[in-house]
Amino acid sequence: MNWIEVFLIPFIKSLVLILALLTGFAYMTYYERKVLARFHVRYGPNRAGPFGLLQPVADAIKAIFKEEIIPAHVDKWVYLAAPVLALIPALIAFAVIPIGPDLNLFGRQVSLYIADVNIGFLYVLAVASVGTYGVILAGWSSNNNYSLLGALRTAAQMVSYELPLGIILVAVVLTTSLATGEGSLSLVGLVQQERPWWVWLWLWVAFPIFFICMLAETNRSPFDLPETENELVAGFQTEYGGIKFALFFMAEYIHMITASAIMATVFFGGWQGPFVDRWPALGILYFVVKVILVLFLFLWVRASVPRVRYDQLMHFCWKFLFPVSLVYLAITAVLVALL
Amino acid sequence: MSGLSDVVNGAVQIAEAMGVTLKNLLTRPVTVEYPDEPVAVFPRYRGRHMLRRYDNGLERCIGCCLCEAACPTGAILVEAAENDPANPHSPGERYAKTYEINLLRCVFCGDCEEACPTEAIVLTQAIPMPEYSRRSFILTKEQLLEPPEMNVAIRPEA
Repeated sequence: MNWIEVFLIPFIKSLVLILALLTGFAYMTYYERKVLARFHVRYGPNRAGPFGLLQPVADAIKAIFKEEIIPAHVDKWVYLAAPVLALIPALIAFAVIPIGPDLNLFGRQVSLYIADVNIGFLYVLAVASVGTYGVILAGWSSNNNYSLLGALRTAAQMVSYELPLGIILVAVVLTTSLATGEGSLSLVGLVQQERPWWVWLWLWVAFPIFFICMLAETNRSPFDLPETENELVAGFQTEYGGIKFALFFMAEYIHMITASAIMATVFFGGWQGPFVDRWPALGILYFVVKVILVLFLFLWVRASVPRVRYDQLMHFCWKFLFPVSLVYLAITAVLVALL
Repeated sequence: MSGLSDVVNGAVQIAEAMGVTLKNLLTRPVTVEYPDEPVAVFPRYRGRHMLRRYDNGLERCIGCCLCEAACPTGAILVEAAENDPANPHSPGERYAKTYEINLLRCVFCGDCEEACPTEAIVLTQAIPMPEYSRRSFILTKEQLLEPPEMNVAIRPEA
Protein backbone atom coordinates (compact mmCIF):
# COMPACT_ATOMS: atom_id res chain seq x y z
CA MET A 1 0.00 0.00 0.00
CA ASN A 2 1.44 3.33 -0.97
CA TRP A 3 0.24 6.75 0.03
CA ILE A 4 -1.68 7.27 -3.19
CA GLU A 5 -4.06 4.46 -2.41
CA VAL A 6 -4.35 5.18 1.28
CA PHE A 7 -4.74 8.94 1.27
CA LEU A 8 -4.95 10.56 -2.12
CA ILE A 9 -7.65 8.49 -3.79
CA PRO A 10 -10.07 8.48 -0.81
CA PHE A 11 -9.44 12.18 -0.39
CA ILE A 12 -10.27 12.96 -3.99
CA LYS A 13 -13.29 10.68 -3.86
CA SER A 14 -14.58 12.37 -0.69
CA LEU A 15 -14.06 15.78 -2.20
CA VAL A 16 -15.94 14.87 -5.36
CA LEU A 17 -18.72 13.26 -3.35
CA ILE A 18 -19.13 16.26 -1.04
CA LEU A 19 -19.15 18.67 -3.96
CA ALA A 20 -21.66 16.47 -5.76
CA LEU A 21 -23.86 16.26 -2.67
CA LEU A 22 -23.79 20.01 -2.06
CA THR A 23 -24.65 20.70 -5.68
CA GLY A 24 -27.23 17.97 -5.39
CA PHE A 25 -28.70 19.76 -2.40
CA ALA A 26 -28.88 23.04 -4.28
CA TYR A 27 -30.66 21.46 -7.20
CA MET A 28 -32.78 19.32 -4.91
CA THR A 29 -34.40 22.56 -3.67
CA TYR A 30 -34.94 23.55 -7.29
CA TYR A 31 -36.32 20.10 -8.11
CA GLU A 32 -38.66 20.22 -5.15
CA ARG A 33 -39.94 23.68 -5.93
CA LYS A 34 -40.44 22.83 -9.59
CA VAL A 35 -42.15 19.49 -9.02
CA LEU A 36 -44.27 20.79 -6.17
CA ALA A 37 -45.27 23.73 -8.33
CA ARG A 38 -46.42 21.37 -11.07
CA PHE A 39 -48.42 19.44 -8.47
CA HIS A 40 -50.06 22.76 -7.63
CA VAL A 41 -50.63 23.48 -11.35
CA ARG A 42 -48.10 26.34 -11.37
CA TYR A 43 -44.68 26.79 -13.00
CA GLY A 44 -42.38 27.27 -10.03
CA PRO A 45 -39.18 29.33 -10.22
CA ASN A 46 -38.53 30.30 -13.84
CA ARG A 47 -37.02 33.78 -13.70
CA ALA A 48 -33.35 33.29 -12.78
CA GLY A 49 -31.59 31.88 -15.81
CA PRO A 50 -33.12 29.48 -18.34
CA PHE A 51 -36.00 27.56 -16.70
CA GLY A 52 -34.99 29.21 -13.42
CA LEU A 53 -31.92 26.99 -13.25
CA LEU A 54 -29.89 29.69 -11.52
CA GLN A 55 -32.43 30.01 -8.70
CA PRO A 56 -30.35 27.87 -6.26
CA VAL A 57 -27.34 30.12 -6.95
CA ALA A 58 -29.41 33.21 -6.19
CA ASP A 59 -30.73 31.60 -3.02
CA ALA A 60 -27.24 30.65 -1.90
CA ILE A 61 -25.90 34.16 -2.44
CA LYS A 62 -28.85 35.58 -0.55
CA ALA A 63 -28.34 33.22 2.41
CA ILE A 64 -24.62 33.95 2.60
CA PHE A 65 -24.99 37.73 2.58
CA LYS A 66 -27.76 37.83 5.17
CA GLU A 67 -26.93 39.53 8.43
CA GLU A 68 -25.39 37.15 10.95
CA ILE A 69 -27.66 37.34 13.98
CA ILE A 70 -26.84 35.51 17.20
CA PRO A 71 -29.56 36.22 19.75
CA ALA A 72 -28.30 37.39 23.15
CA HIS A 73 -29.94 34.64 25.17
CA VAL A 74 -28.53 31.63 23.31
CA ASP A 75 -25.86 29.21 24.45
CA LYS A 76 -23.41 30.46 21.90
CA TRP A 77 -21.07 27.53 21.25
CA VAL A 78 -23.78 24.92 21.20
CA TYR A 79 -25.88 27.23 19.09
CA LEU A 80 -23.09 27.48 16.52
CA ALA A 81 -22.19 23.80 16.64
CA ALA A 82 -25.74 22.54 16.12
CA PRO A 83 -26.14 23.24 12.38
CA VAL A 84 -22.75 21.69 11.71
CA LEU A 85 -23.68 18.65 13.77
CA ALA A 86 -26.87 18.31 11.77
CA LEU A 87 -25.11 18.53 8.43
CA ILE A 88 -22.07 16.29 8.90
CA PRO A 89 -23.88 12.99 9.60
CA ALA A 90 -26.01 13.54 6.52
CA LEU A 91 -22.84 13.91 4.46
CA ILE A 92 -20.78 11.08 5.89
CA ALA A 93 -23.55 8.50 5.74
CA PHE A 94 -23.00 8.53 2.00
CA ALA A 95 -19.48 7.10 2.40
CA VAL A 96 -20.60 3.47 2.41
CA ILE A 97 -23.09 3.70 -0.43
CA PRO A 98 -21.75 2.37 -3.73
CA ILE A 99 -22.46 4.81 -6.53
CA GLY A 100 -21.29 2.59 -9.37
CA PRO A 101 -19.22 -0.46 -10.26
CA ASP A 102 -15.42 -0.32 -10.28
CA LEU A 103 -14.14 1.99 -12.98
CA ASN A 104 -10.86 2.07 -14.84
CA LEU A 105 -9.65 5.65 -14.47
CA PHE A 106 -6.15 6.83 -15.45
CA GLY A 107 -4.90 3.24 -15.56
CA ARG A 108 -6.11 2.55 -12.06
CA GLN A 109 -8.99 0.44 -10.79
CA VAL A 110 -11.15 2.91 -8.87
CA SER A 111 -14.08 1.77 -6.78
CA LEU A 112 -17.01 4.17 -6.65
CA TYR A 113 -17.55 4.14 -2.92
CA ILE A 114 -15.42 5.72 -0.26
CA ALA A 115 -15.33 2.83 2.17
CA ASP A 116 -16.53 -0.75 1.96
CA VAL A 117 -17.24 -1.10 5.66
CA ASN A 118 -18.22 -4.63 6.60
CA ILE A 119 -20.83 -3.21 9.00
CA GLY A 120 -22.29 -0.84 6.40
CA PHE A 121 -25.88 -1.08 7.60
CA LEU A 122 -24.92 -0.44 11.21
CA TYR A 123 -22.82 2.50 10.12
CA VAL A 124 -25.71 4.06 8.26
CA LEU A 125 -28.09 3.62 11.20
CA ALA A 126 -25.57 4.93 13.70
CA VAL A 127 -24.65 7.99 11.68
CA ALA A 128 -28.29 8.76 10.95
CA SER A 129 -29.01 8.82 14.69
CA VAL A 130 -26.19 11.29 15.34
CA GLY A 131 -28.03 13.76 13.11
CA THR A 132 -30.73 13.98 15.78
CA TYR A 133 -28.22 15.64 18.12
CA GLY A 134 -27.89 18.63 15.83
CA VAL A 135 -31.62 19.20 16.00
CA ILE A 136 -31.90 18.71 19.75
CA LEU A 137 -28.89 20.91 20.53
CA ALA A 138 -30.28 23.59 18.25
CA GLY A 139 -33.59 23.54 20.10
CA TRP A 140 -31.93 23.50 23.51
CA SER A 141 -29.31 26.17 22.90
CA SER A 142 -31.84 28.55 21.34
CA ASN A 143 -33.33 29.06 24.80
CA ASN A 144 -36.78 29.42 23.32
CA ASN A 145 -39.96 27.52 24.17
CA TYR A 146 -40.98 26.84 20.60
CA SER A 147 -37.54 25.71 19.54
CA LEU A 148 -37.35 23.37 22.49
CA LEU A 149 -40.79 21.93 21.73
CA GLY A 150 -39.77 21.35 18.14
CA ALA A 151 -36.54 19.69 19.21
CA LEU A 152 -38.27 17.45 21.74
CA ARG A 153 -40.75 16.31 19.16
CA THR A 154 -37.88 15.50 16.84
CA ALA A 155 -36.07 13.48 19.46
CA ALA A 156 -39.12 11.35 20.18
CA GLN A 157 -40.00 11.01 16.53
CA MET A 158 -36.56 9.99 15.34
CA VAL A 159 -35.97 7.51 18.16
CA SER A 160 -39.36 5.93 17.57
CA TYR A 161 -39.03 5.58 13.84
CA GLU A 162 -35.51 4.23 13.97
CA LEU A 163 -36.94 1.10 15.51
CA PRO A 164 -39.05 -0.21 12.61
CA LEU A 165 -36.37 1.11 10.26
CA GLY A 166 -33.69 -0.96 11.93
CA ILE A 167 -35.90 -4.02 12.08
CA ILE A 168 -36.61 -3.88 8.36
CA LEU A 169 -32.90 -3.52 7.70
CA VAL A 170 -32.27 -6.61 9.83
CA ALA A 171 -34.72 -8.50 7.62
CA VAL A 172 -32.91 -7.22 4.53
CA VAL A 173 -29.59 -8.37 5.94
CA LEU A 174 -31.12 -11.78 6.63
CA THR A 175 -32.08 -12.17 2.98
CA THR A 176 -28.48 -11.55 1.87
CA SER A 177 -27.58 -15.00 3.14
CA LEU A 178 -30.13 -16.62 0.83
CA ALA A 179 -28.07 -16.52 -2.34
CA THR A 180 -24.55 -17.23 -1.14
CA GLY A 181 -25.18 -18.97 2.15
CA GLU A 182 -23.40 -16.31 4.15
CA GLY A 183 -24.90 -12.94 4.99
CA SER A 184 -23.28 -9.56 4.71
CA LEU A 185 -23.77 -6.21 6.40
CA SER A 186 -22.00 -4.36 3.63
CA LEU A 187 -23.97 -2.20 1.23
CA VAL A 188 -21.32 -2.76 -1.44
CA GLY A 189 -21.73 -6.50 -1.10
CA LEU A 190 -25.51 -6.17 -1.15
CA VAL A 191 -25.52 -4.49 -4.54
CA GLN A 192 -23.08 -6.92 -6.11
CA GLN A 193 -25.10 -9.89 -4.96
CA GLU A 194 -27.30 -11.76 -7.44
CA ARG A 195 -30.69 -12.22 -5.86
CA PRO A 196 -33.55 -14.33 -7.21
CA TRP A 197 -36.76 -12.53 -8.22
CA TRP A 198 -38.81 -13.75 -5.29
CA VAL A 199 -36.36 -12.18 -2.87
CA TRP A 200 -36.87 -8.86 -4.64
CA LEU A 201 -40.62 -9.32 -4.44
CA TRP A 202 -40.43 -10.01 -0.73
CA LEU A 203 -38.19 -6.97 -0.21
CA TRP A 204 -40.63 -4.73 -2.05
CA VAL A 205 -43.33 -5.76 0.39
CA ALA A 206 -41.30 -3.96 3.06
CA PHE A 207 -40.58 -0.92 0.90
CA PRO A 208 -43.69 1.09 1.89
CA ILE A 209 -42.94 0.59 5.59
CA PHE A 210 -39.32 1.48 5.11
CA PHE A 211 -40.26 4.51 3.07
CA ILE A 212 -42.67 5.75 5.74
CA CYS A 213 -39.95 5.38 8.37
CA MET A 214 -37.55 7.30 6.16
CA LEU A 215 -40.12 10.09 5.77
CA ALA A 216 -40.20 10.37 9.54
CA GLU A 217 -36.41 10.10 9.86
CA THR A 218 -35.79 12.89 7.39
CA ASN A 219 -38.57 15.03 8.92
CA ARG A 220 -40.44 15.28 5.68
CA SER A 221 -44.11 15.94 5.20
CA PRO A 222 -46.45 14.39 6.44
CA PHE A 223 -44.11 13.84 9.40
CA ASP A 224 -42.48 17.27 9.39
CA LEU A 225 -43.45 17.89 13.00
CA PRO A 226 -40.03 19.20 14.08
CA GLU A 227 -40.43 22.06 11.68
CA THR A 228 -44.22 22.52 11.55
CA GLU A 229 -44.02 25.96 9.94
CA ASN A 230 -47.53 26.95 10.89
CA GLU A 231 -47.59 25.66 14.48
CA LEU A 232 -44.14 25.95 16.01
CA VAL A 233 -42.77 28.88 13.99
CA ALA A 234 -40.33 26.55 12.18
CA GLY A 235 -39.59 24.62 15.37
CA PHE A 236 -35.95 24.23 16.28
CA GLN A 237 -34.87 26.63 13.53
CA THR A 238 -36.72 29.65 14.94
CA GLU A 239 -33.62 31.42 16.25
CA TYR A 240 -31.47 30.63 13.24
CA GLY A 241 -31.03 32.90 10.26
CA GLY A 242 -28.89 33.41 7.21
CA ILE A 243 -26.31 30.77 6.43
CA LYS A 244 -26.93 28.86 9.69
CA PHE A 245 -30.52 28.35 8.66
CA ALA A 246 -29.28 27.32 5.24
CA LEU A 247 -27.09 24.68 6.90
CA PHE A 248 -30.15 23.11 8.54
CA PHE A 249 -31.89 23.23 5.23
CA MET A 250 -28.88 21.60 3.65
CA ALA A 251 -28.86 18.88 6.30
CA GLU A 252 -32.53 18.14 5.70
CA TYR A 253 -32.14 17.86 1.95
CA ILE A 254 -28.93 15.89 2.04
CA HIS A 255 -30.63 13.57 4.53
CA MET A 256 -33.32 13.12 1.92
CA ILE A 257 -30.78 12.40 -0.79
CA THR A 258 -28.94 9.95 1.44
CA ALA A 259 -32.19 8.24 2.44
CA SER A 260 -33.16 7.93 -1.22
CA ALA A 261 -29.73 6.53 -2.03
CA ILE A 262 -30.10 3.94 0.72
CA MET A 263 -33.54 2.97 -0.54
CA ALA A 264 -32.31 2.79 -4.11
CA THR A 265 -29.43 0.60 -2.95
CA VAL A 266 -31.40 -1.71 -0.70
CA PHE A 267 -34.65 -2.07 -2.60
CA PHE A 268 -33.86 -1.25 -6.22
CA GLY A 269 -30.41 -2.72 -6.75
CA GLY A 270 -28.29 0.44 -6.56
CA TRP A 271 -26.24 0.89 -9.71
CA GLN A 272 -27.33 -2.41 -11.22
CA GLY A 273 -29.13 -2.25 -14.55
CA PRO A 274 -28.94 -3.54 -18.12
CA PHE A 275 -25.57 -3.23 -19.94
CA VAL A 276 -23.66 -2.26 -16.80
CA ASP A 277 -21.22 -5.12 -17.46
CA ARG A 278 -20.22 -3.67 -20.80
CA TRP A 279 -20.17 0.06 -19.86
CA PRO A 280 -19.53 0.37 -16.12
CA ALA A 281 -20.01 4.15 -16.24
CA LEU A 282 -23.68 3.46 -17.00
CA GLY A 283 -23.99 2.28 -13.39
CA ILE A 284 -23.61 5.84 -12.10
CA LEU A 285 -26.44 6.95 -14.36
CA TYR A 286 -28.72 4.15 -13.15
CA PHE A 287 -27.93 5.04 -9.57
CA VAL A 288 -28.65 8.74 -10.07
CA VAL A 289 -31.90 8.02 -11.91
CA LYS A 290 -33.05 5.67 -9.17
CA VAL A 291 -32.23 8.23 -6.49
CA ILE A 292 -34.14 10.92 -8.39
CA LEU A 293 -37.15 8.64 -8.73
CA VAL A 294 -37.21 7.88 -5.01
CA LEU A 295 -36.84 11.60 -4.31
CA PHE A 296 -39.83 12.19 -6.54
CA LEU A 297 -41.77 9.88 -4.25
CA PHE A 298 -40.84 12.13 -1.29
CA LEU A 299 -42.22 15.15 -3.13
CA TRP A 300 -45.29 13.31 -4.33
CA VAL A 301 -46.17 12.35 -0.78
CA ARG A 302 -45.54 15.91 0.37
CA ALA A 303 -47.96 17.23 -2.22
CA SER A 304 -50.64 14.67 -1.35
CA VAL A 305 -50.78 13.97 2.37
CA PRO A 306 -51.52 16.52 5.10
CA ARG A 307 -49.40 16.62 8.25
CA VAL A 308 -50.42 14.16 10.96
CA ARG A 309 -51.03 15.15 14.55
CA TYR A 310 -48.27 14.37 17.03
CA ASP A 311 -50.18 11.67 18.93
CA GLN A 312 -51.17 10.10 15.61
CA LEU A 313 -47.52 10.01 14.63
CA MET A 314 -46.51 8.14 17.78
CA HIS A 315 -49.57 5.93 17.68
CA PHE A 316 -48.86 4.99 14.08
CA CYS A 317 -45.24 4.13 14.80
CA TRP A 318 -45.63 2.14 18.00
CA LYS A 319 -48.96 0.47 17.40
CA PHE A 320 -48.72 -0.21 13.70
CA LEU A 321 -45.29 0.10 12.09
CA PHE A 322 -43.40 -1.52 14.93
CA PRO A 323 -45.54 -4.71 15.16
CA VAL A 324 -45.80 -4.97 11.38
CA SER A 325 -42.04 -4.76 10.96
CA LEU A 326 -41.59 -7.35 13.71
CA VAL A 327 -43.98 -9.72 11.92
CA TYR A 328 -42.11 -9.06 8.67
CA LEU A 329 -38.81 -9.84 10.37
CA ALA A 330 -40.23 -13.06 11.84
CA ILE A 331 -41.56 -14.26 8.48
CA THR A 332 -38.26 -13.41 6.79
CA ALA A 333 -36.34 -15.28 9.47
CA VAL A 334 -38.50 -18.35 9.04
CA LEU A 335 -38.16 -18.21 5.25
CA VAL A 336 -34.40 -17.85 5.44
CA ALA A 337 -34.15 -20.69 7.93
CA LEU A 338 -36.28 -22.98 5.76
CA LEU A 339 -34.67 -22.26 2.39
CA MET B 1 -61.07 -6.97 12.51
CA SER B 2 -61.57 -3.22 12.53
CA GLY B 3 -57.83 -2.57 12.83
CA LEU B 4 -57.03 -4.23 9.54
CA SER B 5 -59.89 -2.54 7.69
CA ASP B 6 -58.70 0.79 9.09
CA VAL B 7 -55.27 0.15 7.65
CA VAL B 8 -56.68 -0.85 4.28
CA ASN B 9 -59.04 2.14 4.21
CA GLY B 10 -56.24 4.50 5.13
CA ALA B 11 -53.95 3.10 2.46
CA VAL B 12 -56.72 3.37 -0.15
CA GLN B 13 -57.40 6.97 0.85
CA ILE B 14 -53.75 7.92 0.61
CA ALA B 15 -53.53 6.21 -2.76
CA GLU B 16 -56.58 8.19 -3.91
CA ALA B 17 -55.01 11.43 -2.71
CA MET B 18 -51.80 10.63 -4.54
CA GLY B 19 -53.83 9.84 -7.65
CA VAL B 20 -55.43 13.28 -7.50
CA THR B 21 -52.08 15.02 -7.17
CA LEU B 22 -50.59 12.94 -9.97
CA LYS B 23 -53.47 13.97 -12.24
CA ASN B 24 -52.70 17.60 -11.44
CA LEU B 25 -49.01 17.06 -12.11
CA LEU B 26 -49.85 16.10 -15.67
CA THR B 27 -52.11 19.07 -16.40
CA ARG B 28 -50.83 22.33 -17.83
CA PRO B 29 -50.13 25.06 -15.27
CA VAL B 30 -52.86 27.68 -15.13
CA THR B 31 -50.35 30.43 -14.36
CA VAL B 32 -50.49 33.54 -16.53
CA GLU B 33 -46.98 34.97 -16.69
CA TYR B 34 -48.39 38.44 -16.48
CA PRO B 35 -45.95 41.05 -17.71
CA ASP B 36 -44.78 38.68 -20.45
CA GLU B 37 -48.18 37.54 -21.54
CA PRO B 38 -51.46 39.45 -21.23
CA VAL B 39 -54.05 38.71 -18.58
CA ALA B 40 -57.57 38.12 -19.81
CA VAL B 41 -60.01 40.76 -18.55
CA PHE B 42 -63.70 41.33 -19.24
CA PRO B 43 -64.68 44.07 -21.71
CA ARG B 44 -66.14 46.23 -18.93
CA TYR B 45 -62.97 46.01 -16.81
CA ARG B 46 -62.06 49.45 -15.50
CA GLY B 47 -58.35 50.10 -15.95
CA ARG B 48 -56.14 53.05 -16.78
CA HIS B 49 -57.79 56.29 -17.88
CA MET B 50 -57.56 57.90 -21.27
CA LEU B 51 -58.60 61.29 -22.62
CA ARG B 52 -60.28 60.91 -26.00
CA ARG B 53 -60.13 63.18 -29.02
CA TYR B 54 -62.59 63.85 -31.80
CA ASP B 55 -61.85 62.44 -35.23
CA ASN B 56 -60.60 65.84 -36.36
CA GLY B 57 -57.95 65.78 -33.63
CA LEU B 58 -59.62 68.21 -31.21
CA GLU B 59 -59.72 67.23 -27.55
CA ARG B 60 -63.12 66.21 -26.27
CA CYS B 61 -62.43 67.67 -22.82
CA ILE B 62 -63.96 71.12 -22.41
CA GLY B 63 -62.57 71.76 -18.95
CA CYS B 64 -65.92 71.66 -17.15
CA CYS B 65 -64.38 70.02 -14.05
CA LEU B 66 -67.41 67.75 -13.52
CA CYS B 67 -65.10 64.72 -13.26
CA GLU B 68 -63.12 66.50 -10.57
CA ALA B 69 -66.34 67.13 -8.66
CA ALA B 70 -67.55 63.58 -9.13
CA CYS B 71 -64.32 61.93 -8.09
CA PRO B 72 -64.89 60.35 -4.64
CA THR B 73 -61.20 60.35 -3.72
CA GLY B 74 -60.14 63.67 -5.21
CA ALA B 75 -57.73 62.01 -7.55
CA ILE B 76 -58.42 64.35 -10.47
CA LEU B 77 -57.07 67.85 -10.92
CA VAL B 78 -58.45 69.96 -13.79
CA GLU B 79 -57.47 73.54 -14.56
CA ALA B 80 -59.52 75.07 -17.33
CA ALA B 81 -58.52 77.90 -19.65
CA GLU B 82 -60.13 79.89 -22.47
CA ASN B 83 -59.61 78.51 -25.96
CA ASP B 84 -57.72 80.65 -28.47
CA PRO B 85 -60.35 80.95 -31.29
CA ALA B 86 -57.67 80.86 -33.96
CA ASN B 87 -56.05 77.70 -32.64
CA PRO B 88 -58.56 75.84 -30.43
CA HIS B 89 -57.72 72.79 -28.30
CA SER B 90 -61.33 71.74 -28.00
CA PRO B 91 -64.55 72.60 -29.83
CA GLY B 92 -66.01 74.45 -26.82
CA GLU B 93 -65.14 77.80 -25.31
CA ARG B 94 -62.77 76.33 -22.79
CA TYR B 95 -60.34 73.45 -22.59
CA ALA B 96 -58.36 71.71 -19.85
CA LYS B 97 -55.00 73.41 -19.41
CA THR B 98 -53.90 70.80 -16.92
CA TYR B 99 -55.53 67.45 -16.41
CA GLU B 100 -53.89 65.14 -13.89
CA ILE B 101 -55.00 61.88 -12.33
CA ASN B 102 -53.27 60.49 -9.28
CA LEU B 103 -53.31 56.71 -9.75
CA LEU B 104 -52.38 56.14 -6.12
CA ARG B 105 -55.62 57.79 -5.07
CA CYS B 106 -57.87 56.60 -7.86
CA VAL B 107 -60.16 53.71 -6.94
CA PHE B 108 -61.17 53.03 -10.54
CA CYS B 109 -64.87 53.53 -9.76
CA GLY B 110 -65.67 55.07 -13.16
CA ASP B 111 -67.62 58.03 -11.75
CA CYS B 112 -65.53 60.46 -13.84
CA GLU B 113 -66.60 58.56 -16.93
CA GLU B 114 -70.25 58.85 -15.85
CA ALA B 115 -69.98 62.54 -15.08
CA CYS B 116 -68.24 63.59 -18.29
CA PRO B 117 -70.69 65.36 -20.65
CA THR B 118 -68.50 64.88 -23.73
CA GLU B 119 -67.24 61.33 -23.04
CA ALA B 120 -63.73 62.71 -22.95
CA ILE B 121 -62.43 60.80 -19.96
CA VAL B 122 -62.85 57.02 -20.24
CA LEU B 123 -61.44 54.04 -18.42
CA THR B 124 -59.66 51.60 -20.73
CA GLN B 125 -58.99 47.97 -19.90
CA ALA B 126 -55.23 48.50 -19.65
CA ILE B 127 -53.60 47.72 -16.32
CA PRO B 128 -51.41 50.55 -14.94
CA MET B 129 -47.81 49.40 -14.65
CA PRO B 130 -45.73 49.73 -11.48
CA GLU B 131 -43.45 52.74 -11.16
CA TYR B 132 -40.39 53.59 -9.14
CA SER B 133 -41.55 56.88 -7.59
CA ARG B 134 -44.79 58.32 -6.26
CA ARG B 135 -44.48 61.24 -8.63
CA SER B 136 -44.65 59.02 -11.70
CA PHE B 137 -48.03 57.67 -10.62
CA ILE B 138 -49.54 61.07 -11.41
CA LEU B 139 -50.68 60.88 -15.02
CA THR B 140 -50.28 64.15 -16.88
CA LYS B 141 -52.53 65.37 -19.67
CA GLU B 142 -49.98 64.33 -22.30
CA GLN B 143 -49.87 60.80 -20.92
CA LEU B 144 -53.65 60.65 -20.71
CA LEU B 145 -54.09 61.73 -24.32
CA GLU B 146 -51.87 58.86 -25.47
CA PRO B 147 -53.81 55.59 -25.73
CA PRO B 148 -52.25 53.28 -23.11
CA GLU B 149 -50.35 50.15 -24.03
CA MET B 150 -52.94 47.39 -23.93
CA ASN B 151 -51.20 44.79 -21.78
CA VAL B 152 -54.34 42.70 -21.45
CA ALA B 153 -56.42 40.40 -23.59
CA ILE B 154 -60.15 41.08 -23.72
CA ARG B 155 -62.11 37.96 -22.97
CA PRO B 156 -65.67 37.44 -24.13
CA GLU B 157 -68.31 38.41 -21.64
CA ALA B 158 -70.47 35.66 -20.05
